[in-house]
Amino acid sequence: MSAHDPDRNHDHDHHGESHQAAPSELALRVAALESLLVEKGLVDQAALDVLVDTYEHRIGPRNGAKVVARAWVDPAYKARLLSDATAAIAELGFGGLQGEHMVAVENTPKVHNLVVCTLCSCYPLPILGLPPVWYKSSPYRSRAVLDPRGVLEEFGLRLPAETAIRVWDSTAEIRYLVVPERPAGTDRLNEEQLASLVTRDAMIGVALALTNPPGAAP
Amino acid sequence: MNGVHDMGGMHGMGPIAPERDEPVFHEPWEGRVYAMVRAMGAWRKWNIDASRHQRELIPPAQYLRMSYYEKWLTGLVELMVKHGLVTRAEIESGHATPAAPKAQPALAADTVATLTAKGSPADRKTQAAPRFQPGNAIITRNIHPAGHTRLPRYARAKRGTIDRVHGVFVFPDTNAAFQGESPQHLYSVRFTARELWGNQAPASAEDAVYIDLWESYLDPAA
Repeated sequence: MSAHDPDRNHDHDHHGESHQAAPSELALRVAALESLLVEKGLVDQAALDVLVDTYEHRIGPRNGAKVVARAWVDPAYKARLLSDATAAIAELGFGGLQGEHMVAVENTPKVHNLVVCTLCSCYPLPILGLPPVWYKSSPYRSRAVLDPRGVLEEFGLRLPAETAIRVWDSTAEIRYLVVPERPAGTDRLNEEQLASLVTRDAMIGVALALTNPPGAAP
Repeated sequence: MNGVHDMGGMHGMGPIAPERDEPVFHEPWEGRVYAMVRAMGAWRKWNIDASRHQRELIPPAQYLRMSYYEKWLTGLVELMVKHGLVTRAEIESGHATPAAPKAQPALAADTVATLTAKGSPADRKTQAAPRFQPGNAIITRNIHPAGHTRLPRYARAKRGTIDRVHGVFVFPDTNAAFQGESPQHLYSVRFTARELWGNQAPASAEDAVYIDLWESYLDPAA
C-alpha cells in the first residue's frame, strides 16, 4: 500500500466524515463494473439512471399511505383491499415489480400484524419503496418470528398481552401490507391528512399510525 | 440449503437499530448496484429464485460481514460469470476482451417504467385442485435440501393449519436450479408461536406466525 493511496489517507485524516470521502474500494469496484457492462453493451447507463431515480424519488411509502387512508375513509374499498389487495391497490395506480401478489392484513384492537422476510429481504416495493436497512438486517430477520413482542418493544411499541400478534414471514412471492388502526380523534381529518399519519413502519407493523399529522400542534 | 441466510429464530444478532430519516441509498454505488441487478435481470439468463440462491451461496462469515448491497453485487458478478455474460478476466481488468462482440442492452431507459409497473407475476394457470383447504391440519416435512428452498428451518416438522390458498405458483426449489418452474399450490399456513418455539416462549396462546409454503413441503396431519 502506498502513502498516496487516497482511500487510506482519507481514513486517517477524516475518519467518520463519509460524505466527503474519497471513493471507497466498493464504490470503485462498482464504477468499474458499470463501465465494463456499458462497454460490453449489456446495460444502458440511462436505464440505470432511471431505475435509481424511480426508487429514490417516485416509488415509496407515500403510495401505501394513500391505500391505507382510502381504506380508512371508504368501507367498501377496505373490503376490496382485504379480499383482493392486488386489485384494490391497482385502483389507486400502484402495482408491479415485487407487488404482483399483494395481501393486506388488518390491525384491530385484538390483533396486531408484523411483516418480515426471514430468508432474504422480500418487501412490497410498489407501495413502500425499497426496504430500510434494519428490515434487511440479521437482528430483525432472526428475532421477528421468535420474539415479536421483544422486537416491537425495541421500536417503542408495547402491546397488551391480550393482543394477538401475527407475524407474516414473506417466504414466497406474496407481499404483505399491514393496515394499521385508524387513530381515535381523527374524524375531522381529510383523506390526505389521514395519509400523513400512515408511516412506513406502521405498514410493516413495527409502529402504530401517528395520532397527529407531522408538524401539527398536538 | 441450511445456510446462515435462514435466520428465523437465531439469537445473538444484536439490537435492531433503526435509523432516523434513512436515505433510500446510503452511497451512490448502492443505487448503481440495485439498478444493475434489475437491468441485468432483464437478460433473463437467470430468474429471481436463482438470484436469491446465488446470494445464499456467499460463505457464511462473509454473508454476515457484508452490507446488503455488497451481497447483491457479489451475487450479480457470480451470476454474470456463470452465465457467460462477462468473464473473470474482464471483471479483473475492467475492460471487455478485445474480440468480444458488443451487445444491445436488454433494458432501455424508456422501458424501465414498464418493467417496474408490470413486474413478473409468479402465479401460473393450472387446472390442478389444491390438496388442502383452509382449516386443514398439516405437518411440514422434515427436509434439508442442499439447494434453494423456501421452507425455513424453524418451520420444519411443525404442525400448522392452512389459513388460505394463494393459488398455483412457480416452485423456487426447482426454478432456482434451472430445473423448471414445476408450479404448485401455495398456501398461507398458520403456526402457533408455541408450536414453533415451545410453551416457554414469551407469547400468548393466540400469537402465531404465518408462512407461505408450497404443497410439496406439507403433509396432512391427523
